[in-house]
Order: sequence, then structure tokens, then C-alpha cells
Amino acid sequence: MREREDEWTGLMRSAISGDDAAYHRLLRAVTPVLRAAARRGLARAGQPVDQSEDIVQDILLAVHLKRHTWDTNAPFAPWLFAIARNKLIDSLRRRGRRIFVDIDDFAETLPGEAPAETVPPGEIAAQLNTLPARQREVLQSIAVESASIKDTAKKFSMSEGAVRVALHRGLASLTAKLREN
Amino acid sequence: MDTDQLIKTLAADNSHRARSVGFVLMLALLAAAPVSLLIFFAELGVRPDVMTAMRNPFFDLKFAVTLALAISAAAVALHLSRPEASLRGFGWYLFIPAGLLVAGISGEMMMPQRAPMMTRLIGNNSRYCLTFIPAISLPLLLAALIGLRHGAPARPALSGAIAGMLSAGLAATLYAAHCTDDSPLFVATWYTLATALMAAVGALVGSRLLRY
Repeated sequence: MREREDEWTGLMRSAISGDDAAYHRLLRAVTPVLRAAARRGLARAGQPVDQSEDIVQDILLAVHLKRHTWDTNAPFAPWLFAIARNKLIDSLRRRGRRIFVDIDDFAETLPGEAPAETVPPGEIAAQLNTLPARQREVLQSIAVESASIKDTAKKFSMSEGAVRVALHRGLASLTAKLREN
Repeated sequence: MDTDQLIKTLAADNSHRARSVGFVLMLALLAAAPVSLLIFFAELGVRPDVMTAMRNPFFDLKFAVTLALAISAAAVALHLSRPEASLRGFGWYLFIPAGLLVAGISGEMMMPQRAPMMTRLIGNNSRYCLTFIPAISLPLLLAALIGLRHGAPARPALSGAIAGMLSAGLAATLYAAHCTDDSPLFVATWYTLATALMAAVGALVGSRLLRY
């Protein structure tokens, strides 16, 4: 566990110094842990666990948009689990439950435990359609069609900088819309 | 969008670098400062005898207390803008201005005084103090909350309360240049009440505005 968390910290440091592949690897590595924790939290609150994927995506978005609040000299895991806990509590509260989330939900995960994604998440998909056309197109091009920033720029005859701006704004407004609902 | 697609999209946005919370907080406060200065100069202004007042250590002490409040509240607010932060190890910062006040009150007690204690405590400007510290600090509180929204505070109401103290400290620094009540007893009573009011407003607004 210790080793795993040290690896996360190293990956996040590389990500912040500009290594996109390290960032991708980190997000893939933390997702099963977040998923298992979200399921445990939902189960404990007596909620159907098939909503866990919405919570996982909510956490990933917050991790992405708030990563400047991570201190690069501190370990990554406590920061990550603090955000995850916050998002889990938030989402249970929005479902009308006032619930105590055990800190161990986010610490106890055994390395072998990696449940697969089951029910497709609905919240982000639904909010995607309410975004301005340009942001939606750029997000879909990169997310669904797996196009690179360069290819997306070519496809929409935009500059790469404009694609990057639309991408970031799209992610930020998705997060804002999820919070409103 | 499934989770793998979302992860891919987030990784594509890795090059985006956000400003630090401290920088955004400072910008927001600088943007709001002219509004507060306008309220101060239009409604109050610096007291006419400021040159002689500056030789009175109790006049100067007011600025030490209010600035200490603003600076320590800013440090605590920035610390609390991290998701995993708690007040532990940082709460004592807020006792610095209180300690300065206690030292001031003891100092004044040891000196011969013309006015009795209650007269000094009640002073002449308490209504002004309770009106204008909050009025001057409101734009600053709003700015501080907007700046702190850039972070990820674990406890929004607490962060909001600290933002209220920060804005009250800055506003009281201006107000102190107008007020002719220099007794630390006056400061400890009325400035503290005004600060508590702003902390309550900050907690109330922050509990909604600072959730991320």
C-alpha cells in the first residue's frame, strides 16, 4: 500500500512537470480504488451501488481542476482521499442522505480489489449536451473519437491553443453544472 | 462519456496550469480595495490630528492588531484552501492579534489614566465602528470568498469565517486611521464585535459559496 501511494506521488509530480502519459497512468491507477470506495460508501448509506460511476467521475473532475492545491512535497494519497471523501459526502447529501463517511473507506482497499465499471454513468453524459457547441464538439472529439489535440484542431479549423482553451473551459463548466444539480 | 474516455480527456488537458490560490486571492483583494477605499474616504477620512496621534503608542497598536489579524487570517485561509487541511497547527495564528491586544490592555492598566475604565471601553465612536468596519469590509469579504473558491476548502463554513476575519482586519486597519478612540479596551470590545459579525457573515456565505 505504502509502495502504491509512493508511486502515485511520483506520477503526480511527473504529471505536474508536464508528463501527460504519467498523468494518464495515475488517473487509471487511482480509478479502481476510488470506485471500490464509492461502492462501499453507497452500500453503507443503503443506496444502490450502480451510481458509483457518477461519483468516480465527479471525483476525477475535481482532482483535475483542483490539482494546483496539491503540495508537491506532500504525499498524494491523503489529498486524493480528502477530495474523494468530500465528493462522496456531497453526492450522498444531494441524494437526501446525511451520512457519516468512514475515513477507512478510502484507506482499506486491497491492491487486488478492482471492480470493473458496470452501469454506464449518466450525469456527465447528460450535462455534456448542455454545453456550448464548440466546447461540446471539442470534448467529444477528444473523449469519444480519441482524437489528439492536433487532429481536433485540424478537424474544426481551430488553432491548437483554441482547442486547449475550449477543452479546459468545457471540463470546468461540466463540473459547475454537476455541482448545480 | 465513460470513465476511460473522461480520463483520456483529463490527460489531454494536463498542460493547463492554474494560478495558485494565494495569487488569485491577492488579485481579488486588490480589485476590491478601491471600493473599500472609496467608502472610507467618502464617509470617514483620516482623523485630523493624525500627526500627533502617531506619537501615541496606543494609536499605533491599533494598526499592529488589525494588520496582525489580517495577515494571520490570510495565512490560515490559504492553508485551509487545501482539501486535506485542518485547523490543527494553524489555529494559534489567530491568537497573535488577541495576544497583542491583551498586552496593550495590560500596558494601559499600568499607566495613570484620565478617564475611568468603562468610559474608555465605551468610547465615543462605537456606533461608527460597528457600522463602518462591516461596511468597508463587505467588498473585501466578497473578494476573499471569490479568491478562495479557486481552492478546494475542506470546511467551507470555517474558511468563510476566516475570510470574514481577513476582510474585517483589512477594513479595521482603514477605520483605525479615522477613529479617535485609541484605548485597547475600546478596540478589544468594538473591533472584536465587528470582526465576529463579519466572521458570521463569511461563514454563512462561505458554507454555500466555497463548496467545490
